[in-house]
Amino acid sequence: MSLRIVVTVKYVPDATGDRHFADDLTVDRDDVDGLLSELDEYAVEQALQISENSDDDVEVTVLTVGPEDAKDALRKALSMGADKAIHVEDDDLHGTDAIGTSLVLAKAIEKAGFDLVVSGMASTDGTGGIVPALVAERLGVPQVTLLSEVSVEDGTVKGRRDGDAASEQLEASLPAVVSVTDQSGEARYPSFKGIMAAKKKPVESWDLSDLDIDAEEVGLDGAYTKVEAVAERPARTAGTIVKDEGEGGKQLAEFLASQKFI
Amino acid sequence: MAEVLVYVDHVDGAVRKPTLELLTLARRIGEPVAVALGNGAADTAAALAEHGAVKVLTHEAAEYADYLVVPKVDALQAAYEAVSPAAVLVPSSAEGKEIAARLALRIGSGIVTDAVDLEAGDEGPVATQSVFAASFTTKSRVIKGTPVITVKPNSAAVEAAPAAGAVEALAVSFSDQATGTKVTARTPRESTGRPELTEAAIVVSGGRGVNGAENFSIIEALADQLGAAVGASRAAVDAGWYPHTNQVGQTGKSVSPQLYIANGISGAIQHRAGMQTSKTIVAVNKDPEAPIFDLVDYGVVGDLFDVVPQLTEEIKTRKG
Ligand SMILES: Cc1cc2nc3c(=O)[nH]c(=O)nc-3n(C[C@H](O)[C@H](O)[C@H](O)COP(=O)(O)OP(=O)(O)OC[C@H]3O[C@@H](n4cnc5c(N)ncnc54)[C@H](O)[C@@H]3O)c2cc1C
Repeated sequence: MSLRIVVTVKYVPDATGDRHFADDLTVDRDDVDGLLSELDEYAVEQALQISENSDDDVEVTVLTVGPEDAKDALRKALSMGADKAIHVEDDDLHGTDAIGTSLVLAKAIEKAGFDLVVSGMASTDGTGGIVPALVAERLGVPQVTLLSEVSVEDGTVKGRRDGDAASEQLEASLPAVVSVTDQSGEARYPSFKGIMAAKKKPVESWDLSDLDIDAEEVGLDGAYTKVEAVAERPARTAGTIVKDEGEGGKQLAEFLASQKFI
Repeated sequence: MAEVLVYVDHVDGAVRKPTLELLTLARRIGEPVAVALGNGAADTAAALAEHGAVKVLTHEAAEYADYLVVPKVDALQAAYEAVSPAAVLVPSSAEGKEIAARLALRIGSGIVTDAVDLEAGDEGPVATQSVFAASFTTKSRVIKGTPVITVKPNSAAVEAAPAAGAVEALAVSFSDQATGTKVTARTPRESTGRPELTEAAIVVSGGRGVNGAENFSIIEALADQLGAAVGASRAAVDAGWYPHTNQVGQTGKSVSPQLYIANGISGAIQHRAGMQTSKTIVAVNKDPEAPIFDLVDYGVVGDLFDVVPQLTEEIKTRKG
């Protein structure tokens, strides 16, 4: 038996950098250093663990849709231990929204061939968290999302989803799409050996024509939503800071009372 | 007047507050038609009618509890086809976003997630979002199909606006995908008796500085004096001191209360992402350089083990 896992990863601007928008109101990806979204590291980690715990012949492919620099995200995932990578890159993709991104991912996943798709819970820049559900809808396979625990055995994926109201045990037959949360277990650091090995691993490049997608279906022109205005949130006005000299709790109570909280 | 579909989040018929807030927003765009699914669906009608629902479409079936997300998408799609609404509003919970996204794809529409405000516009509803850890706000519009918009809790006031709230049975036929992901077991969260984190007017949080699960009783005591919910930073959650359901931040809950009190929390960007839009922010931290102090209306540089109990005592005294 073989098990083909495709891990979707995103290259995002560093959250600790000064993130902002470009003139066309898309996320500026030039001025801030990018990296593999930390939340996708969890997806890579779980894919690798599924692979390591399996008697099957498992192949882990990492897939990204993004500009030239997004290769860095693929390299990182390869150095963690993924087997190969696919980079979907096309100038017409600039400004693609979640609906369009899910189209490109689904087409690429189908072309690559898959039994299991593993995604992160959300990107750290867009934070929508809907792409895995959209990809499942497009592929017509079960959605087993937001798992804090996941395992695959005998063609079945199982996992735990910790929701607001309850914690649920889920189960679905492969092929399926899963997403994992940051509660699923710390991601490994690439080893020196892993980093060296990654340099020799295959990275395929596909463009829209490879996926039979028309330029009008994606990018800013194909978007289903439009950002009309962007405003920087005004900085909070500087507050009062006191040093506790023994009365700090009482002073704080006085402030809360003055604001009618007590 | 155009109708607006509102997806109802309820627990066995008890409508959760974010849905009532959605009704307030829906009334800015048109006449709210509510969709309530699963056990107790019809019991939601009274509360929904009181807050402006002209109609309540209901459907009960075991599938809603036994399978993940897709049965609800099928039902919302059936409601969409029956009503042809001007917009579809869904509470921005993890599940709500997934339902909304799949619906949008099926009906060929765009989706805006995590809106914090919604206004009527000449070319359709305009949604405000808070992005990049709440350092920017954007205004967006769906430009294809019927706008599907998910809205975060605390984005609008709950307003009484009595309407007919006529209950109608919704006809739903489930798709082949509906039974794809089985829920084999469900453990409901135990109630703490405290307000829901995302809905609370006051949130008292603890971070790594709390230094141990047992010390969270100090945070809880303050919260209880204020009638507040308890939050935690990821560092405190990862250390196993407090449950993940209470985590505030990018990968936890995002909260926007009237008052947020951060104790022993440094104020990392990912934590700020979940609390920066709070009205009033207060922090207790022994490091005067902690970035959380950049956000505060009032900050105390000091040891939380001195300051927090004294604050709790003082509130008790003032309340008499
Ligand atoms: C992808 C990603 C997602 C993340 N998501 C989240 C998230 O959702 N929520 C979140 O919170 N974090 C999140 N983080 C983690 C975040 O980066 C920080 O590591 C975390 O918020 C730190 O928690 P903390 O402030 O409690 O701990 P620290 O940063 O260690 O700060 C502890 C603070 O306590 C103070 N202190 C210590 N002892 C005392 C005392 N006795 N009295 C008073 N003050 C004291 C210290 O001065 C310090 O400022 C995420 C990180 C990543 C990469």
